[in-house]
Amino acid sequence: MDNITLIAVASIVTAGLTIALGSIGPALGEGRAVATALSSLAQQPDAATTITRTLFVGLAMIESIAIYCFVVSMILIFANPFWNHVIAQTAGK
Amino acid sequence: MRLSPDEMIFWQHGFLKLNGTIVFTWALMFVLAVGSKVVTRKLSTDLKRSRWQNLLEIVVTGIEKQIEDVGLPHPEKYIGFLGTLFLFVALASLCTVIPGYEPPTGSLSTTAALALCVLVAVPFFGIEEQGLGGYLKSYVEPTVIMLPFNIISELSRTLALAVRLFGNMMSGTMILAILLTITPFIFPIAMSALGLLTGMVQAYIFSILAAVYIAAATRGRKSKPMRDIKA
Repeated sequence: MDNITLIAVASIVTAGLTIALGSIGPALGEGRAVATALSSLAQQPDAATTITRTLFVGLAMIESIAIYCFVVSMILIFANPFWNHVIAQTAGK
Repeated sequence: MRLSPDEMIFWQHGFLKLNGTIVFTWALMFVLAVGSKVVTRKLSTDLKRSRWQNLLEIVVTGIEKQIEDVGLPHPEKYIGFLGTLFLFVALASLCTVIPGYEPPTGSLSTTAALALCVLVAVPFFGIEEQGLGGYLKSYVEPTVIMLPFNIISELSRTLALAVRLFGNMMSGTMILAILLTITPFIFPIAMSALGLLTGMVQAYIFSILAAVYIAAATRGRKSKPMRDIKA
């Protein structure tokens, strides 16, 4: 395989794998967070605002991990420096 | 496929570029500043007031209550900074209903700038509250060995703030753009509504996290009791 094909294959496969594996952890974590928040809401309904706010902040922190994986995946597909370099080389030849 | 509003160039002269991020940021600043000035021209303190004044009062008292809940006892000191963060990011996300508009927070430069503002504001408020020595002492808080970890956590918190907001906003616009090429009729509307929701949630998260970081920096070592306990 020449350079272009190799870079393209590696980028595509890695982009898919990144977002696939990177969404598993945050999804499981968020599920557990919401489940615990629901049970503590059932136990103490008058602390609802505090629990809800803490839940949202925690969910945002967990979500950030999935966002990092998404950003890496987008960079590999749309702003790939290796691909741009190789394309510029073949365009220059 | 356009990755950010940085690539929408409106005007160019040499290396000076007027791109979408700058134009939309200035438009938002204009709307917020001029709108508030116009609404607060004649403030009334009796029961009869304009609906816009009512709206602004709801917003301001809501943000003050949230800041107090986080643990900052005098919200009027911080509401200028935190309220502006929230209003800017929320308005930037809400205006996506206007056609032709791209949220400037979908560009990493805007979110990095906002995160750097938080990075500068936290020591500023911390030193204002605790003095320079007291604030620097908080870096060696449990033991001196934690000093590099505390510094690294400051920097990584800033990076996380920037990338979180950028990722959420960029993914919203990108999902919409991709869906418009696949199923152009009803489904993009649902995704656009979801984008609005996540935009508001991310605005809230950004300002609440900034408030929590400021609260952690301004909290004294020994907290004073709220009321004297009468024996």
